[in-house]
Amino acid sequence: MTVKYVNFLLIILVFISCNQVKTTQKIETQRIAIDQDTATDTLIDTFLTPYRNSLEASMNEVLSFSVAEHKKTDGELNTAVGNLMADAVFERCAPILKKRHYIDLDMVLLNHGGIRAPLPKGAIKMKTAFNIMPFENKVVVAQMKGSVLMKLANYLTKAKRAHPISGMELAITRNGTIKTLRIQGKEIESNRIYFVATNDYLYKGGDRMDFFQKSEAVFDLDYKIRSVLIDYFIDNDTLDPKRDKRFEYTN
Amino acid sequence: MKRRTFIKNTAASTALLSVGGIALSCTEQEVKQITILHTNDVHSHIDPFGPNDGRNANKGGVARRATLIQRLRQENPNTLLLDAGDIFQGTPYFNYYGGELEFKLMSMLDYDAATIGNHDFDNGIDGLYAQLPHAQFDFISANYNFKNTIMDGHVAPYKIFVKNGVRIGVFGLGLELEGLVGKDMFKETKYLSPIEIAQDMSRILKTEEQCDLIICLSHLGYDYENIQKVSDRSLARSTKDIDLIIGGHTHTFLDEPTVETNTIGKSVLINQVGCYGLYVGKVDFYLEPKATFFSSQSLRV
Repeated sequence: MTVKYVNFLLIILVFISCNQVKTTQKIETQRIAIDQDTATDTLIDTFLTPYRNSLEASMNEVLSFSVAEHKKTDGELNTAVGNLMADAVFERCAPILKKRHYIDLDMVLLNHGGIRAPLPKGAIKMKTAFNIMPFENKVVVAQMKGSVLMKLANYLTKAKRAHPISGMELAITRNGTIKTLRIQGKEIESNRIYFVATNDYLYKGGDRMDFFQKSEAVFDLDYKIRSVLIDYFIDNDTLDPKRDKRFEYTN
Repeated sequence: MKRRTFIKNTAASTALLSVGGIALSCTEQEVKQITILHTNDVHSHIDPFGPNDGRNANKGGVARRATLIQRLRQENPNTLLLDAGDIFQGTPYFNYYGGELEFKLMSMLDYDAATIGNHDFDNGIDGLYAQLPHAQFDFISANYNFKNTIMDGHVAPYKIFVKNGVRIGVFGLGLELEGLVGKDMFKETKYLSPIEIAQDMSRILKTEEQCDLIICLSHLGYDYENIQKVSDRSLARSTKDIDLIIGGHTHTFLDEPTVETNTIGKSVLINQVGCYGLYVGKVDFYLEPKATFFSSQSLRV
């Protein structure tokens, strides 16, 4: 009891004599740019050097060779670099889907905006894969009815953009009428179930690909698009992708 | 009840130990400068951008940031260095070293605390946990409940720093992970309402912890067209007693902080310095002792 009383008194003393509460009188703010005028801290730089060197060496590792440069702007409805990406996803992912889920992949759909750099001429390095696909998006396979696949075809027809596809043939008029539509060489059956590989960004509605929301199921292959490219580059020592007739204008 | 006893004991023992010292310093009536330095959304940008990197050419770089921060700390040792999240993801450094390097460098730069951004879950919550031994700074988040995850016990809702006798309370807020980060990545992390939590936090920091400055380290994002979505600006307007919100997520480059008015008509500063370590934000608070005798706080004791 006595002890508590003493404590209480002391606290009161502190508050009377000591004005504990502090108030802000003034605030100054500044935004400071980090640029060439800021010296490099040698301790940090020395610490970083082995990491940087090791990373550089890995990024400069040559994985393949490309006959020519291919940009995503080289072509109206399909491009060589886009075809390479979509075909690589098909080639690498179809066997995984078959092995894990006993399912045959029907087609691949990626997005034109997702090609972030050209495929350069000459040496194709690890960093090429990082440049083309800097994001971490993964391959997912959507299970959908033929009727939903029709919506996908209508989306492509309306968008008139070189979104990379593989496994589908689509010919449209400039007015936006579908003249040819085949999947694995066959007409679409509206009640059949199809399997479409894409990336998780598009599956979630990216680029307004809302039709994916009508999927019946989805399989996550736990395989990044970038890793698909790296594995594809390693498997193919020469790259010579072409524009073709998979998605084209017709009369 | 327990908390109150704890506060009383602490206050009493502090008083016993240092009553003379405090009384002495109070007679000086000195103005105290507290410097808050902050970054956000550095996204693994460890090296400066190259000369051909467009508008970011030759900007950024952690070794340069180190020089700047050292200089500013020399100018005022009463400095806090904070990061508002998305430390991870954006360069191959993250893909190759999994975030180890980012945490080691932030520790070398002597960061005091960071909050957790959505991209900090990019290698899963296990990937974040695996890098914790490399972080010599605190992770703070008040509205992520990590109880049923591997991160349980490794993230504090808030932290109090005492600089030159000024008590600075810093609490963290993160955005809704559902729809932004795969469930397999964040696992059982529970997202709680940022506004309710911020109201709780500011009350605890102001009333119970008697903080002189309250800072919210937020990865909510600066502002949204969708008014339903909580942002730093809506948070500032819906709370009280927060002095500064350090933001992130939206990569918003503010030349100077935005000033909002809180629920009791006081100003709240919101600051964000874009991304990639291109800038460091600096906010200096100048505080002076205020004559308060029997305030409600002292009576509660």
